[in-house]
Amino acid sequence: MIRFENVSKVYARGARPALDRVSVDVERGEFVFLVGASGSGKSTFLSLVLREQRPTRGRVYVAGRDVANLSGWRVPTLRRQLGVVFQDFRLLQNKTVHENVAFALQVIGKPRHVIRDTVPEVLEMVGLAGKGKRMPTELSGGEQQRAAIARAIVNRPQILLADEPTGNLDPTTSLGIMRLLDRINRTGTTVVMATHDDEIVNEMRRRVVELSDGVVVRDEARGGYGEREAILPDVGASPVLDAPGSGTRVPAQPVRGS
Amino acid sequence: MRFQFVLGEVFSGLRRNTTMVVAVVLVTFVSLTFVGAGALLQAQIGKLKDDWYDKVEVSVFLCPQGTTAAPSCAGGEATEDQIEALREVIRTELSGEVSKVWFESKQQAFAAFEERYPDGFQGTQLTEEDMQASLRLKLTDAEQVAVVSDVLSGRDGVEVVADQRAVFEPLFRTLNVATLLAAGLAGVMLLAAVLLITTTIRLSAVSRRKETEIMRLVGASNLFIQLPFLLEGALAAVLGSLLAGGGLWLAVRFMVTDWLERSVDWVAYVSEVDVFRVAPLLVVVAVALAALSSFFTLNRYTRI
Repeated sequence: MIRFENVSKVYARGARPALDRVSVDVERGEFVFLVGASGSGKSTFLSLVLREQRPTRGRVYVAGRDVANLSGWRVPTLRRQLGVVFQDFRLLQNKTVHENVAFALQVIGKPRHVIRDTVPEVLEMVGLAGKGKRMPTELSGGEQQRAAIARAIVNRPQILLADEPTGNLDPTTSLGIMRLLDRINRTGTTVVMATHDDEIVNEMRRRVVELSDGVVVRDEARGGYGEREAILPDVGASPVLDAPGSGTRVPAQPVRGS
Repeated sequence: MRFQFVLGEVFSGLRRNTTMVVAVVLVTFVSLTFVGAGALLQAQIGKLKDDWYDKVEVSVFLCPQGTTAAPSCAGGEATEDQIEALREVIRTELSGEVSKVWFESKQQAFAAFEERYPDGFQGTQLTEEDMQASLRLKLTDAEQVAVVSDVLSGRDGVEVVADQRAVFEPLFRTLNVATLLAAGLAGVMLLAAVLLITTTIRLSAVSRRKETEIMRLVGASNLFIQLPFLLEGALAAVLGSLLAGGGLWLAVRFMVTDWLERSVDWVAYVSEVDVFRVAPLLVVVAVALAALSSFFTLNRYTRI
């Protein structure tokens, strides 16, 4: 469904590549976690799939299309087969939930009766039945993300890309979102989710692709989040106050000339 | 569905940017008024020139029927012999000065007259018999008008030798300068209009960044994303051009038709019909302006 062949992406000439000869193959219907530190290339990966960027080298295939060589006027057709969800939801604040979801269909020219039938269906599926008339500000964070997911899947995309969809949510709410994404995945939609949330990754036990400095360092079928550095490295007692190499304290000295 | 949706976007965009839209309307209004005024001035020049104006320098009007003040016309209407004698004089004495001669009969004169004044002249209906025949002379050197006039004036059958240019040329020069002035001002204002439309579209695009971002991501086509902006600019510009057309109509109606035509009534003036001829041109210019500005702005601000 998504296939990266030796893909490199360099943003500025001479800079370190954001992706460095990455080869990944995502099958139809798979659920893949994309993990790695900030700046490891997760976002670049997603934007290459969306054809917001073109790879510097290598080939990207999405739903059977060679995305790198796709001409501009065909990009919309590609994106109609993709759904995207973001950490910050990106709902239009001046539209109701229903209008937000309907917007995605209106702008690709779907007839009105299709919109009238599909939108409530999708809202019910994501657990927002009866909340279509609310404004985004009247919803909790979890509900807003559900609305955003509804917008992403309302056109029944083959692939759902999620860029840290639980990044702004508390653990309990995140769990609900993950259940929803899982349910969407079970209907046959391929899901690629970039995340920092180790609990979720460890819990779900799905395929994990780990990026580090633009290189795939791990690709496990049922992986966990991986080792995390300790927040406070264990370097002994009060290392700052202790002068290195000696057990005695050095007395403070006045600086010359001051 | 699509159409309605795009229209909705257009009007919400216009509402959100009211001040800028009003500015665009006013600037296009003023600039196109100048464009239209220039066009009407040229139309006025066209009305003052008769069919012969650009072809000949000298018109020799022959004696008409009935009596006139000219002593050379004491014998009544110019006869065939007199006309032939005149032609002979032109062939021999003025062979160096006159390069071409046309004869305009009374019938031809009447046809031309009817074309210029379809509603009659100063309220009277004239007939073919009221017209006079003429010889129209093209000179080899336009400066030689005086020589030709001296030779032909006062001959039997000649009522008057007219150098129309002496009368109209200064007037035309004035009108042409006014046209140039209008065109210059129009140019400056049109430039301002283009810049203003560009800015408006840019502002509109920025204020709707979130919408266009979502549209891009869900796969809306480029045209669909850009159409509302295009239409916004075009709508404002067309509104301005309609105002300009209206302004010109009022000006012609009250200044020319109601006032000038009554005080100086022997001249053919531009009329409301001419305004209706110019107005579509203004709308076309407005649309072209908007299209030009959009073309330069949109690709930069709403790219896929």
